[in-house]
Amino acid sequence: MTDLLDRPADQPAAPEPTVRVRRGRRFRQARVVVVTTILGAVAFALFVATMMIGSFPVSAWEVIASTFRLQDDPSIDFIVRDLRLPTAVTALAVGLALGMSGLIFQKLLGNPLASPDFVGISSGASMFAAVAIITFHASGLVVSGVALLGAVLSAGAIYLFAWRDGVTGYRFVLIGIGVSEFFVAITGYVIARAQVSDARAAMSWLVGSVGQAGATELRILLVSLAVLLPLSLLMGRQLGVIELGDDAAQGLGLRVQAARLGLLTVSVLLVALATAAAGPVAFVALIAGPIAVRLLRGQGSGLLAAAFVGAIIVLLADLVAAHALPAALPTGVVTGGIGAPYLIWLLATVNREGRGG
Amino acid sequence: MTTTTRPPTPSPAPARAGAVADVARITGLVVLTGVLVVVAFASITLGTRGVGVSTIIRSFTDYDPDSTAQTVIRELRVPRTIIGILAGMALGLGGALLQGVTRNPLADPSIMGTTNGASAAIVVTIMVFGAQSLHTYVWFGFLGAAAATFLVYAVASFGREGATPVKLALAGAAVSAGLYSLITGIVMTNLDALNEMRVWQVGSLASRGWPILHQVWPFFVVGILAALVTARWLNGLALGDDIATALGQRVARTRGLVFVIVTVLAGSAVAACGPIVFVGLVVPHLARAICGPDYRWTLPYTLLLSPILLLAADIVGRLVMRPGELQVGVVLGVIGAPAFILLVRRRNLAEL
Repeated sequence: MTDLLDRPADQPAAPEPTVRVRRGRRFRQARVVVVTTILGAVAFALFVATMMIGSFPVSAWEVIASTFRLQDDPSIDFIVRDLRLPTAVTALAVGLALGMSGLIFQKLLGNPLASPDFVGISSGASMFAAVAIITFHASGLVVSGVALLGAVLSAGAIYLFAWRDGVTGYRFVLIGIGVSEFFVAITGYVIARAQVSDARAAMSWLVGSVGQAGATELRILLVSLAVLLPLSLLMGRQLGVIELGDDAAQGLGLRVQAARLGLLTVSVLLVALATAAAGPVAFVALIAGPIAVRLLRGQGSGLLAAAFVGAIIVLLADLVAAHALPAALPTGVVTGGIGAPYLIWLLATVNREGRGG
Repeated sequence: MTTTTRPPTPSPAPARAGAVADVARITGLVVLTGVLVVVAFASITLGTRGVGVSTIIRSFTDYDPDSTAQTVIRELRVPRTIIGILAGMALGLGGALLQGVTRNPLADPSIMGTTNGASAAIVVTIMVFGAQSLHTYVWFGFLGAAAATFLVYAVASFGREGATPVKLALAGAAVSAGLYSLITGIVMTNLDALNEMRVWQVGSLASRGWPILHQVWPFFVVGILAALVTARWLNGLALGDDIATALGQRVARTRGLVFVIVTVLAGSAVAACGPIVFVGLVVPHLARAICGPDYRWTLPYTLLLSPILLLAADIVGRLVMRPGELQVGVVLGVIGAPAFILLVRRRNLAEL
């Protein structure tokens, strides 16, 4: 109040409240668009960069030209399309899928820790894959198929167990803990009893690597992503309503259970496909969402931004794992090491946010 | 709202109802104490080699080093049971405190960096000094767990509002993620570390003798006693930071203290037995389902239920695969998880 009185008479008066509100809203929306676009551009730049670096360096333009078939140069095409493109596309696709599904889970279940890593979906895939690798000496497409089955089955089991006149986020989380513990115990037992070489094979699958996807897995992943990503963006509107709480959402005319089932199905499929292609790349789904939400300052649904952040993390991790370390390592070894410090930095610097998302 | 203060003159009827509930809860505690004694006794007698009561008594009063049965009791079963009880109490209370202070049902020491801190310290030790016996890992595990938990709290306390529940949960997850990368990076390149790690990461009470017990028991005792007096603070925090402050709590200081206690509890348990996740995560929910969300009851119930569960699972693990045995972590997951799911389905568990 005092500064209003102190203001010199020649300064212009404050704008009308409605104008101010509208201007603020437009500013915030513009911010969402700008940040999301920048994240997308960074993801694309990294996507190109992973294909440039290697024992035979290729220029950025050559990579883009070859990837999108703008010009034909057999030697460049061989290096880019046959050798480097599969890994780069897997990293991009897996990152997009994990980032988006992670944020959907966290919002849907109202808990920042409720990513697929912790509520039993990745652990289901891991258990099935570990048993397949160690007990049946499976590899390649079989392991991917089994892991996909494991993820979908465990998600279905959690949903069914949690159903009692509808599913609430809280019960889903608790049942997810139980299911996760079950699978983790069996996985640990199988690995502890296996031969060292089998255990090593299983553990390197469990760490997750974008280099291990075959052509078939990759094609399935890409086709499904082309359907699932737009679908989850469309359903993101319902997510904002569900976040208000079940009663409020119902009051606003949303069929809460149907919306929740739809969103869960889409995000479980995203995680399951990504895990089948690259193994359970740890912590991407957990970290991408909070980073995106904080970069957007809580505006908008953040789903697209989270997908881009996920892609950035996985692509960067792939770059570091393949080139920056003394020994070539699986991607999953590095993902936590890249996302975690950034999230910590955000937590330490963003003062305004305390209690919220 | 039976949290910090009771109304000065309670009306008679609710008071009587409250008293009846209190009597029921106390009876429950007495029964659980009895169950714990029985389970501890079973843990000493049952196993690959069954022994009678007289042997147990004689192994302490009149020890005969040549008798295998007496040696098994004295050197293996008794320390194993004591570690089981202490670690069970520590894990359960650690989980309850952490869930209370972060108000997150998914919070447990393994997500708050403790387990990965211990694992990382042990893996680095193996990488630098080569594989050693279990006894030398204890201190490194403890130090690693403590360092990681302090880091989590320090990260979460930055910023204007201090360590809020959401920031604690996220900081814990982030630190865990970074440490996980370190661990897997070493394990994937060092076969010794991989071999030790895959055995260590399944929590177990086997081959934990007197030497380990001698190293960690003071931490267990101090941690458990300290944890039991935090009930009022947790009740206050459960109402939300603003109300807790209005009730006269210093929220930031309380959180910091509780975190120190959790570090001692979880650090010593992880150091002694390896990561046993289930107890800390699930038993507090179990306790709340029995006695309600008042931490003055939840903590004692957790204190008794956790070792019962841990020892019972350990006994089952010893009996099902004779002459070998199943690690307690595996048994807890395979049997405990379905039981927990049934419980969650049957009751509406108290939200935090």
